[in-house]
Amino acid sequence: MGERFRAALRPAVVVGLVGGVMALLLSLVGMVNAFAGRPIITGVLSMGHTLLFLTALVTGMIAARRVLHASRGAGRPVALPGAALAGLASGFPLAVLVLVGQVVNLRAVLQNANPVLYGLLTFGRDPGAGLPQLVLAGALVGSLGGALTLLPGRVSQAVVAGLGTMLLTGLFAELLQGILWDLGVPAATTRLFMVQKGLTVAGALVTGAAGALVQAVWASQTPKVRRRLDALPPERRRRVNVALAAVGLAIVLWLPQVLGSFLSYVLVLVGLYVLMGLGLNLEVGWAGLLDLGFVAFFAIGAYTLAILTSPETGWLALTFWQALPVAVLVALIAGVILGVPVLGIRGDYLAIATLGFGEIVRLLVGSDWLRPLTGGSQGIAHIPRPVLGNIALIGPQQIYYLVVAGCIIVWFVATRLRNSRLGRAWMAMREDEDVAQAMGINLVQTKLLAYGLGAGFAGVAGAIFAAMIGSVFPHSFQLIISINVLALIIVGGMGSIPGVFVGALFLVAMPELLREFTEYRLFMYGGLLIAMMLLRPQGLWPEPTVRLELAESEEPEVPARVTAATSPGQGD
Amino acid sequence: MALLEIIDVHAYYGHIHALKGVSLTVDEGEIVTLIGANGAGKSTTLKTISGLLRPRHGAIRLAGEDLVACRPHDIVKKGVSQVPEGRQVFTRLTVQENLEVGAFTRSDPRAIAEDLEQVYTLFPRLKERRNQVAGTLSGGEQQMLAIGRALMARPRVLLLDEPSMGLAPVLVDAIFEVIERLHREGTTILLVEQNALKALQVADRGYVLQTGQVVLADTAEHLRLNEDVRRAYLGIT
Ligand SMILES: Nc1ncnc2c1ncn2[C@@H]1O[C@H](COP(=O)(O)OP(=O)(O)O)[C@@H](O)[C@H]1O
Ligand SMILES: [Mg+2]
Repeated sequence: MGERFRAALRPAVVVGLVGGVMALLLSLVGMVNAFAGRPIITGVLSMGHTLLFLTALVTGMIAARRVLHASRGAGRPVALPGAALAGLASGFPLAVLVLVGQVVNLRAVLQNANPVLYGLLTFGRDPGAGLPQLVLAGALVGSLGGALTLLPGRVSQAVVAGLGTMLLTGLFAELLQGILWDLGVPAATTRLFMVQKGLTVAGALVTGAAGALVQAVWASQTPKVRRRLDALPPERRRRVNVALAAVGLAIVLWLPQVLGSFLSYVLVLVGLYVLMGLGLNLEVGWAGLLDLGFVAFFAIGAYTLAILTSPETGWLALTFWQALPVAVLVALIAGVILGVPVLGIRGDYLAIATLGFGEIVRLLVGSDWLRPLTGGSQGIAHIPRPVLGNIALIGPQQIYYLVVAGCIIVWFVATRLRNSRLGRAWMAMREDEDVAQAMGINLVQTKLLAYGLGAGFAGVAGAIFAAMIGSVFPHSFQLIISINVLALIIVGGMGSIPGVFVGALFLVAMPELLREFTEYRLFMYGGLLIAMMLLRPQGLWPEPTVRLELAESEEPEVPARVTAATSPGQGD
Repeated sequence: MALLEIIDVHAYYGHIHALKGVSLTVDEGEIVTLIGANGAGKSTTLKTISGLLRPRHGAIRLAGEDLVACRPHDIVKKGVSQVPEGRQVFTRLTVQENLEVGAFTRSDPRAIAEDLEQVYTLFPRLKERRNQVAGTLSGGEQQMLAIGRALMARPRVLLLDEPSMGLAPVLVDAIFEVIERLHREGTTILLVEQNALKALQVADRGYVLQTGQVVLADTAEHLRLNEDVRRAYLGIT
């Protein structure tokens, strides 16, 4: 008996130590310190501690699953203790760090192993009192993780939703306070739930409960509502859809009024990345043409608009609306031009070639050779703002509408393309170029159209970006933009149009709102992408067919029965 | 004049001389089979016909029109469509999307919709699974889909590359029944097979290919009775 339990618990300890090393890593790269200044619950819980607790939580979840799995059911009674043990173990590497740090000065090598971190890890006490507390907290959170794994799906989903809601409201409490103020909520009411930059304890409880409740109701009601909708006659269903779309649009249009200038700016960025994401998604997700130089088309759209509209270049000084189609067209042609030399290149080589193209464009616009046209490293300034009727679209709150309009148009075009003959040709080509060709698909034409249209979408984003900022510089068009766009379509779900929106919100809005993240952006991307590949390779919002495929492949195949029924005229 | 004529075709993979002067013809409404051992050049012959491989020498004509100078997609447009070796369906597209890609070169939506129905009549199983991604189909169903997809181009000549490869015997029979049915409906077929026995049963005429050369050409019946063919390809001594 004891032997069996010990065997069942061994994986828990291993998982716990791995989790502990993760926590150690987060601490030593400085994230715990950086986020300590951002409270979730004022005076009680900071984001820095939350990072550690989340690690322990996930450790507990994985440990419980491992224990269950390793002992084939026999481990069920020890799954919870196993998770607690894992949580406990995950605290040890941190404790060792603090203890070593007392004797040896680690700072010379590990910049972030400083007293501030030690203070955080010991909850501001001396190690003798603080470290047991840290390890115990780990065990507690670990067992919560274990409980989440063991509880029925609905319950644990509700708990996760509650915790998530609490975390997000806490994280963005400051922004929310501003919004509530603008909405006319009296400060006294707000103060019940949020103080300074975080939640009050009451606020934490209320938001947590609200999140859990919404999730529970959602989970239980959605199937019913869906069934009812499906039962409606198509005519009525269309009307429901139109009504929902209208409500959605009304909310989208109303947003800048409540969100204020900064949040509107963030949404504009999200929108620009959605435009680029839809373009790259077309190239990579549908046509299967990897492109790491996508920023080039964004830059070309921006520079074309700048050159055509800014009085500095002394060219034409067109208006935004006159220059926009030209900018899109130039970006589109640039896409085709990029496409020609890489037509015969596949896979890894294509990645390198396109990477080069992105850099070439950035270096060209900043070069002395093109200075008369692009202003060299000085760039081009004094780009006039777009004027609509007699309103100048000056701040982000106005540009927002331009971006929304752009997104709607491009979304519409992308949706139509997805289900068109051309869209199917792209996807056939992605699956197998040779077979696609044998089906009568002209590879040259199809590839060039993918590059061209994708680049055109990025051109729209670039033009709006230039008009919003009012100036363009070579250094605004770094490789990181290409990486961001690629990462967002991977996270959202390769090939999925709604995935682009979800991915952009997640990867663009989040880091923008959590300024502390900026330094860790690439680190987060790396971690997130690895986690996605392991846990959710299809992306956050995958295409329906991909969803189907993954669901199907989990079922055992029954080829004999299936295929025997296939043969036509088998009865004779 | 034959519908499809291949005259003294030489084709290379780099330095490998894969086809050494292959000549064959296919008449309107015929099933002609091309049999031969592994590596004899059967698939290469089909690839040169559909333009995926350019012959270095020789002529290929469809109803008198030269195909050698055409690019692969133009050849499909002219009426040659292929079921590639190893049933290469587009695994992440749905059954219906696969069939629609097959009709890529055509533009009349009404005629396409009609042909789609015909393919579904021919393969009712595909109709049931029309919205399922092709990767989830069984091997036999994928082969049906590959044939259906090629038919969607409404070809004048259908090239089939080892349609029975890797299938259970009951499915091999089913595939050959489909081939016979297409033949009865007037489709012209060039059939490449390792299963020479089956192929010679359905075909009108046959060619035996050996290391890139045609070594025998006769009616299917004669080939079936030919001593050398029986020994080498039919496993009969
Ligand atoms: N892609 C290729 N590259 C190089 N050699 C090839 C290639 N494909 C086929 N070959 C060679 O060409 C010859 C004929 O091949 P193939 O036409 O595929 O034969 P079959 O279809 O009759 O089995 C073989 O010797 C094979 O090794
Ligand atoms: Mg072959």
